[in-house]
Amino acid sequence: MNGQTFWRQVKEIARKDLLIEGRAGEALFITIPFGAVALMLIPLAIGTDKPLLAQVGPGMFLAVALLFGMLVAFRQTAADSTPQRELLTLLGTDPAAQFVGRMATSTLLLLVFEAVLAPVTIILYNPGRIPGWPWLLLVMFLLALGLSLVGTLAGSVTAGLRTRNTLTPLLVAPLSMPLLLASAQVVEALREEASILLWIALLATMNLAIAVIGVLTARPLEESSR
Amino acid sequence: MARGDLHFPAVKEGVPIAALSGVGVRFGRMPVLRGVDLRIDPGEVVGIVGPNGSGKSTLLRILATLLKPTEGSASVLGAHVGSNGILAARSGIALLGHHPGLWAELTLEENLTFIARMAGAPTDGVATALEQVGLGGAKQRRADHSSHGMQRRVEFARVLLIKPQLLLLDEAHAGLDRAAQKLVNVTVSDVRRRAGAVVLVSHEPDRMLPLVDRTYHLEGGSLLPNGPAS
Repeated sequence: MNGQTFWRQVKEIARKDLLIEGRAGEALFITIPFGAVALMLIPLAIGTDKPLLAQVGPGMFLAVALLFGMLVAFRQTAADSTPQRELLTLLGTDPAAQFVGRMATSTLLLLVFEAVLAPVTIILYNPGRIPGWPWLLLVMFLLALGLSLVGTLAGSVTAGLRTRNTLTPLLVAPLSMPLLLASAQVVEALREEASILLWIALLATMNLAIAVIGVLTARPLEESSR
Repeated sequence: MARGDLHFPAVKEGVPIAALSGVGVRFGRMPVLRGVDLRIDPGEVVGIVGPNGSGKSTLLRILATLLKPTEGSASVLGAHVGSNGILAARSGIALLGHHPGLWAELTLEENLTFIARMAGAPTDGVATALEQVGLGGAKQRRADHSSHGMQRRVEFARVLLIKPQLLLLDEAHAGLDRAAQKLVNVTVSDVRRRAGAVVLVSHEPDRMLPLVDRTYHLEGGSLLPNGPAS
């Protein structure tokens, strides 16, 4: 398969998944609003301790983004049935193109999710101006990319299994922990005006590693799912 | 690879569309197929009859390269099932099973357009294919708002659009009304005309007999020739 065919298939998979998500609204109209509500509930539970809210705000953003982002990453609308998977196989679809296309859709949805959560966090938690805050945009992107990679990989591993709904979160949660840790450390380092490069490098390296694993294992996982 | 007329890997002259030799399949300890020998040449339409649970769908899945035999060897469109070469051959195979592989949230037209684009087929044939299967007026209907029979018609539109070299029909007439059953004849004729091959499996031989050149009986996992359909 040449590169042109591969990227055409990536584009078509992503376009189809976005169209389905736009109509089913599983992530956009259910998971994302519910995540924003969860972020609103925490200040109600903590009370009006403004310094504490400002301190925990970025961490709460990351925790909610991670927990609800997992639901976005392995949403039901991104799971193909057995006849659909067999059809894609017989259409000559490259499983790696499926992986990349599905991951691209999840990344886009997660970026929308984070774009909804960020202003909610700023308004409710008032974390103040964090020095070097533009770096946080890069962290948000790397977190969204990492979560979507982990979620898509877990979806490939559990494709066709009856235990998919149970098994996928169990796979995604531990793999996502380094993403949360590194993202939280970037926020901490920015507040202390320390170097963030190590943590950014960790995020980028982890994303790259999962992307390589996802692409290389796409075909054997697809073959074994039948 | 452009999908203009015939757009799948070309089978060399003298090479069968599919050849199974001593094929056996076990699910765990249970044998489902045993010692199956079958050769299908270009232009042939083969019928396989057998009761429920006789291994018909398993045999079709091997021919569709979706299942690797546990014994014997299978080659389809010149490539051995299980080898890397089969990846290219797959785009010349269409399997119409019990459950249509459509995406519920997409319209019938969007489903077919997506399928055409994934296969590299021209999308300008989508409307015509839907017209041919009698769904020209329902193309904007979502798949989950369409009846099972309409979804089955879309499957036949897919075959007319993609033009496979090997068409595998599992209970082809199931879920189709009398008018739609003509689609089976049209589709089978279309594949045969292009020197492709068709395999029909059914537990009701009466409806498929007029379409096939020869039939086999599958029982207890063994394939027995019945001879020419006439």
